[in-house]
Amino acid sequence: MKHERAMLRRQFLKGTLGAASLVALTGCDNLTQSSWFPSILNKTEQLTERVQRALTPTNALAKEYRDADISKVFPANGNTDPGTEDYAGHLAKNFSEWAVEIGGLVQAPMSWSLAALKELPSRAQITRHDCVEGWSAIGKWTGVPLGDLMRQVQPLPNAKFAVFHCADVDDEGVAYYESMALADCYHPQTILAYELNGYPLDVPHGAPLRLRFERQLGYKHAKYVRMIELVETLAGIGDGRGGYWEDQGYEWYAGI
Amino acid sequence: MATRIEPASQGGQNQEGEPVQETTILSPQLPESAQTDPVNVSASQDEVSPPGTNSIPAVEKVYRHTCWVRIGHWLNVVCLFILIMSGLQIFNAHPALYWGDRSDRDRPLFSIRAVKTEDGAVKGVTTIMGHPFDTTGVLGYSDHSVRAFPAWATIPSAKWLAMGRQWHLFFAWFFVINGLLYAAYAMLSRHVTKDLVPTGQDLKGIGQSIRDHLQLKYPTGAEATRYNVLQKFAYLGVLFVLAPVIVLTGLTMSPTIDTAFPWLLTMFGGRQGARTIHFIACFSFVGFIVIHVFQIMLTGFFNNIRSMVTGWFVVKHEGASHET
Repeated sequence: MKHERAMLRRQFLKGTLGAASLVALTGCDNLTQSSWFPSILNKTEQLTERVQRALTPTNALAKEYRDADISKVFPANGNTDPGTEDYAGHLAKNFSEWAVEIGGLVQAPMSWSLAALKELPSRAQITRHDCVEGWSAIGKWTGVPLGDLMRQVQPLPNAKFAVFHCADVDDEGVAYYESMALADCYHPQTILAYELNGYPLDVPHGAPLRLRFERQLGYKHAKYVRMIELVETLAGIGDGRGGYWEDQGYEWYAGI
Repeated sequence: MATRIEPASQGGQNQEGEPVQETTILSPQLPESAQTDPVNVSASQDEVSPPGTNSIPAVEKVYRHTCWVRIGHWLNVVCLFILIMSGLQIFNAHPALYWGDRSDRDRPLFSIRAVKTEDGAVKGVTTIMGHPFDTTGVLGYSDHSVRAFPAWATIPSAKWLAMGRQWHLFFAWFFVINGLLYAAYAMLSRHVTKDLVPTGQDLKGIGQSIRDHLQLKYPTGAEATRYNVLQKFAYLGVLFVLAPVIVLTGLTMSPTIDTAFPWLLTMFGGRQGARTIHFIACFSFVGFIVIHVFQIMLTGFFNNIRSMVTGWFVVKHEGASHET
């Protein structure tokens, strides 16, 4: 009798806890699908950005590693080949006619061929690439500090963001783009890289030119960069969230 | 804990739920003689003696948890529930753990994968330090889909890294703020020194406490209103080791925070080391929660839940009925 009651009680508790967690889980899924809840979740992105920017000195460098630390295999993620005819043509000509342009809200829009970029003072850095998925890889990147180029084009006072237009489109034809705060363009480790581990960039890693934005997650490091546009607002570009992945729900501020 | 006591048989609480009279202040330094002998819970169910036969009231209500502790506790329940499950969603995006700063994919410390067997079936395989285990149905392959942790263990249930991150980073802020407020309160109100730090007597009794726990023997009466020594170590460990470690390793995974505080990388064995420790700390929390809930069930589920909701815990003295 006593035993039965204890058993019943245990079953009741188990049932209650099980049902409670099921209800909670279904509730979470419903909230995820709702129109209002994700926008509340999203609010912490601004808080995170503010706190991280306050804690991090403007020019604090991401850790630089030794040659021995370089990953044997540096995985390539996202689009690993733009796959367009135009890009294939550039690849066939070894990118001899590839040029990158900086325009938009600048005093002096400019364009550089790949060869011209390689003539400019370069920076090499062995850094860690942190993917949003959780893995990390270490590679040696060589390229032109973006700040040097920005100083040449002279951004207008109302320019707030740099938008990177890329040559790759996904399977559904959506063009890749990314953006960063103009201030971050001047970070010493922010470079337009043309070499990985001492070799010209290969196609999976963003040939011929990709962004390195060392203090943020991998999806911010736009590959196949064709044009950099300085703008005041990100509205009206793509879905307006500031990047290909951002338009799919990832944070624009990818510091964590 | 254990700040106010009142006899429940006389009047009980007034409308506001405040104690009508304060009879005793129960302190952890109660002399041995005043404490009742630990009585086996199930044994006490048999002896039903009429109330009022003892000099001490048979049933007493003790104000056990202050309002701030209760609020902090339930916020924490919500945060941990969501953080653990959204964390597993994030883990599923790259279900392998490493040490150091790089993830060399040929050498994970731990991984959960799906593999095709020769007859075309799909198996879930969990590999720990090179030793593979078949975990089909739960880890690696569940409900006909290839995923490390199953749908019932992740938020959202579908594979959706972006949304998992949003849940995780939102509730991480609440967890941190709630934890800091709780820690500040616990220090300032001396909850830590009064109730959580083991006394010399506690430490001497640690052997007995371990024996009692193994036999599932729990203190009753006045003893039940204070934390036992193992409980104290568990709470202190969660508060001052586990919680800070899980927050700091979470921050170490942030490339921006790493530039501001490079020592974090050194401290936790690199970004991948931090990710591994974060995962272990997560399952330490899971282990703590399982034991915590188990103990709550064994020592009177409804009484414990009520004391964490209303603050009031019912203590029975020898001869009292077990039912509450």
